[in-house]
This record gives sequence, structure tokens and C-alpha cells, in this order.
Amino acid sequence: MAKFSRTKGKGAPKINTSSLPDIIFMLLFFFMVSTTMRETEVFVKVKVPEVTEVKKLEQKSLVSYIYIGRPSRSLESVYGSEPMIQLNDKLVNVEGIPADEVQDFVLSEREAMAEDQKNKMVISLRIDSDIPMGKVDDVKQALRKAKALIINYSARKDYSNKGR
Amino acid sequence: MADIAFLLLIFFLVATTMDIDTGITRLLPPIPEKDQVDQVQINKRNILVVLINRTNQLMVRGEFGTRIDELKDITMEFFTNPGNNPDLPEKEIKEVNFPPGSSTLLPADGVWRGNVSKGVISLQNDRSTTYGTYLSVQNELVAAVNTLRNDFCKQYFDKEYDELNESNPIEKDIKDGIRKIYKMNISEAIPKDIGGRK
Repeated sequence: MAKFSRTKGKGAPKINTSSLPDIIFMLLFFFMVSTTMRETEVFVKVKVPEVTEVKKLEQKSLVSYIYIGRPSRSLESVYGSEPMIQLNDKLVNVEGIPADEVQDFVLSEREAMAEDQKNKMVISLRIDSDIPMGKVDDVKQALRKAKALIINYSARKDYSNKGR
Repeated sequence: MADIAFLLLIFFLVATTMDIDTGITRLLPPIPEKDQVDQVQINKRNILVVLINRTNQLMVRGEFGTRIDELKDITMEFFTNPGNNPDLPEKEIKEVNFPPGSSTLLPADGVWRGNVSKGVISLQNDRSTTYGTYLSVQNELVAAVNTLRNDFCKQYFDKEYDELNESNPIEKDIKDGIRKIYKMNISEAIPKDIGGRK
């Protein structure tokens, strides 16, 4: 019995940590690979609406982004608090009609795409839910003129009333 | 070693944005050619007029104060017209081809014959309507059509409409067929510039 009593009172044995770096490295590589760095800085506050019928956007290479929202807090002193349009990484003042700017944007984005995908171009509209529709309608008209007809109203999935 | 790896790990954990882009995809109507006279006469009973005013209130079929969560049922009733109500849209008999043998409820050649609604939804908003309201209205309209498509798909093919895989030619044909039966006919009138959607 002496054999057994000796191990008593010694405390828990130390966990072997020699494989810890391996595990950490595995996690590290996973996150390194899956990370997509945010390419554009968003200058406007956008809180997209929550709806139930969302679909995933496939093929990121086809997508260009247009943001509409009020300037973020740090830029309020420069731009005021009126809604503004951001095309990829450029803020556009919408005092006048943004049609030309939006059309130029669409043309340049389309220019950068592969020849066989040009007619599949998708414009993702990331619009704050509190923005009046007037601005949105202006952008939609400009997109029609630029023949960018596939649009995606960016929204998050609403799980709250799923049983409806 | 593990410390450095930890440090890097935490950096990437923080820097990672895993947001997948989701949203409602719609097709804008092309701008009509100059010489194209774009006046299609549509019978009044075939139009579901949805108006949103500047204070985000709805008016559907001339009735003021419809709630957004009622809109889906109204739209579904509009498209199906179960009681052949003379105030709801007309139907026309159509033939739609499905892949032969894809469903036991269809004849052997896979041709579906039935009523297809002639209904069109006309959506109109004020320039001061908030985008959030506009999109939830769009969402309800899309939800109504999706539910109808899904019900049809379940009845005939015993599958969810969303589970049909576009890369599979047979399932793609099924999907195209269902789209022909339940069309997403939403026309948006834009203030000053009225454009129809086909």
C-alpha cells in the first residue's frame, strides 16, 4: 500500500506543454490565411438594415461598393452631418447631382474587370437605414444611366422574427 | 516561441473581419431607348400599388396605414388570388417546361400547365422615406414571392427552393421554371422619372 500513499499530497502533475506552440501556430496560420484586410477605410457611418430574405454575395471580384451614410464622428467637423456618398475610398459631396461621379466610378470599376465578367458586375449598396431615399434614388438613377443594373442592397440577416 | 506566436495570433484575431456580404439582390430596369414608346396598358386589377410616404407610413391598394408585417400576406394573396376575386389579378394559362421525370406530379414530358398570375407590384416612395423602411418593404415583397416559389418547389420536387443548386443543370432548369411561374414583378416608380421593370 505504500506505493499508493506516496503519490498522495503531491498536487496535480504538471501538464506537458511542449505541444502548445504547435497548437498556437496552427491557429495563427488559420487566422493569417483567413484574414482579409479591410481594403477601404469607410468614412461614413453605415448601419445596414436587418431583413429576413438575405442572400450571400458570391464572387467578390464582381462587386464594387457604394456607401451612403452620415460622416463618421471624426469627420463631422469637416463635412458636416448631411448624408454623403462614398465610392470605394473616395468621398463625394452630394450637394449637386452625383450622377457624373457615380458613372465615372462605375466605368473605372468596369474597366478594371476581366472582359468576360463585365456584364456581371454587381454594385453593393451599403446604405445606412436612416438615410432618406432621395439620395438613394439619385444613385440608382445614375447606376441605370451607367448600365450597372445588378445591385445588391446590403443588409444583415434578421433572426429575431424568423418564425413569422 | 509560443509567446511570439501568441502575440501574432492575437493580432490576427483582432484584425480579422469575417463579415460575409449579404443583402437583397435586385435588378434595375434599363433606361428605355429614346424612340421606344414604353406605355403598356395594365388592367387596374393587376396592379398592387404600394406607396410609402415621408413619415414611413404605407398605403396599399388605397388603404392607408397598412403595417409592414401585413404586407407579405397581402402580396401572397395578390399573386395567388385563391378565390378568383374580380378585384385581384387575372390569371393566364401557361405551359412551363421542367426536366422530364423530375417530378411524379408532372406528366412524363415534364410540362406544367397551370395558371400564372398577371399581377405586377408598383412600389413608390417619397424622397424623404427612410432607406430602412424602404428595404423592409422590399424584403416583404421578396419574401412573399420566395414563399410561393418555395411552396411550389416543395409540392412538386420535395425540396427547398433555396437548396436547388444552380450548377446542376437539372436543378437549374427547375429553378428557371419556377421563376417563370412566380415572377418577381416589382416596378418602381422613381419620382419624376417613372421606369417600368420587366
